[in-house]
Amino acid sequence: MTDPSVYGTPAPPGGDPPILEVSHVSKTLGGRLILDDVSLSLWKGQLKVLIGPSGGGKSTLLKCIHFLTIPDGGDVFLQGQSAREMGQRNICAFRQEIGMIFQDFNLFDHLTARENVAIALRKVKRVPRDKARARAMEELDKVGLADKADLYPAQLSGGQKQRVSIARAMAMEPKLMLLDEPTSALDPQLISEVLSVIADLARGGMTMLMVTHQIGFARHLTSEIIFMEDGRVVEQGPPGVLLDEGAASRTSFFCSHLTELTGR
Amino acid sequence: MGTWELYSTKVIPALNQGLWLSVLIIVPSAVLGVAIGVLAGAGRAAGPVWLRTLLDLYVSAFRGTPLVVQLTMWYYGLPGVSRWLGSILGPLGLPEFSWRFLVLSPYAASVTAFTLCSGAYQSEYIRGAILSIRRGQFLAAESLGFSRAQTFWHITAPVAIRRALHGCGNEIIYLIKYSSLALIVTIRELTGQSKMLASFYFRPLECYLLTALYYLALVSLATFFLGWLERRLRIPGLGPARAEK
Ligand SMILES: Nc1ncnc2c1ncn2[C@@H]1O[C@H](COP(=O)(O)OP(=O)(O)OP(=O)(O)O)[C@@H](O)[C@H]1O
Ligand SMILES: [Mg+2]
Repeated sequence: MTDPSVYGTPAPPGGDPPILEVSHVSKTLGGRLILDDVSLSLWKGQLKVLIGPSGGGKSTLLKCIHFLTIPDGGDVFLQGQSAREMGQRNICAFRQEIGMIFQDFNLFDHLTARENVAIALRKVKRVPRDKARARAMEELDKVGLADKADLYPAQLSGGQKQRVSIARAMAMEPKLMLLDEPTSALDPQLISEVLSVIADLARGGMTMLMVTHQIGFARHLTSEIIFMEDGRVVEQGPPGVLLDEGAASRTSFFCSHLTELTGR
Repeated sequence: MGTWELYSTKVIPALNQGLWLSVLIIVPSAVLGVAIGVLAGAGRAAGPVWLRTLLDLYVSAFRGTPLVVQLTMWYYGLPGVSRWLGSILGPLGLPEFSWRFLVLSPYAASVTAFTLCSGAYQSEYIRGAILSIRRGQFLAAESLGFSRAQTFWHITAPVAIRRALHGCGNEIIYLIKYSSLALIVTIRELTGQSKMLASFYFRPLECYLLTALYYLALVSLATFFLGWLERRLRIPGLGPARAEK
């Protein structure tokens, strides 16, 4: 609240219910407990950053929040609506409300940038073709790619692909965005173009949960860092506290090693 | 009758008649074969276990036995089944068509045999194509709220058909040629017709050579059509740069 560059607040103002509530989610994969009783909440407009060592279950957690992977235990609530109660038939409606950005973009290879953005509008939301295309152009324009609308994914750079995938998710007007290492497949010089689009979303009030190892970026934009290890939330708190020089936190220990390793 | 006259008034018109019959067999068999291939291929790649087992059984039966045997069964074998069924259903007072439908005309037997055999092969190409699609494509579709059916029609099928196009096209070209087997169920399609002409006029070499040219023309036409389709469905930015010229 004091620093206008920090989005969201750690505590709910005026006791509003959270947009997202992850409640005691657990998941076993291949006989191993990957998520162990994970709970967290996000309020409107917040951006929280999820970090932690590889294999800690961050990607699995995002997939469970989206119900792309069904958790074994616990539940996910989006504006109070339980995902589990939606059932098989309505889970698609639940998923529409959450945007997902993948590390490796996952654009539809057989569609142009514009069609990538428009197709879910047309087929899932049943928006007429022309309106969907116009909407797609608007979203592409916001990520600075209006001039690339007719190119196919194979003709775009990594940074451009990731921006198209952000436009594709935003066109569905999600209540929440989940970002799974959106920049870790990119060359260093392409990272900033994607991060600046994400910063724009944060400034626009988008609620986001983002896995990233871009500590510098995280420190500036987020109100709260969640540190995950071995399927558990080990620490969470404002970056100022967790990342403080000399803070005896797992997070600062992990991040200092991260900087050593990657030089970022 | 001069040689030229013989060909222009007897042989060529007779072959043209055969050609027409061949086309009438090939086109529906190819279209239905691809349709069955897409459905069976999808079921085998992503269906529930019971469906997969059932479809695997279908494919192994139809790929594992000679087409001649299959065709003979459809035409000469089914009437026996029909008689047996009639002896049971008849006394029960059921109408005759409830067993008579199993007695197929030569044309129906041929199209059935070719469709089912072709479908079994096509499903293999489609299945392979679906299995080669990256998991992320499905995850992305699901994350946007696509249902399973929507994912199949708008994401899986368009990509799978492109990847399977070459295999499926190959199978259609085979089909053009194995359609000649229809002659064993008394259909005088192209090959049947030329066999008859060859022995009637004692000119096997010329008649079969002409027939070969007819098939070559059919295959060239199919190749042309498949090439056109390939160009239309091509995704810019994939494959060697030269392929885009
Ligand atoms: N389908 C699966 N079957 C078995 N094990 C799996 C499966 N998917 C993930 N895992 C395991 O779950 C653990 C957590 O994986 P996850 O991808 O969630 O980690 P992560 O925190 O995202 O790691 P990274 O930072 O490397 O992306 C890993 O040990 C992984 O091997
Ligand atoms: Mg991950």
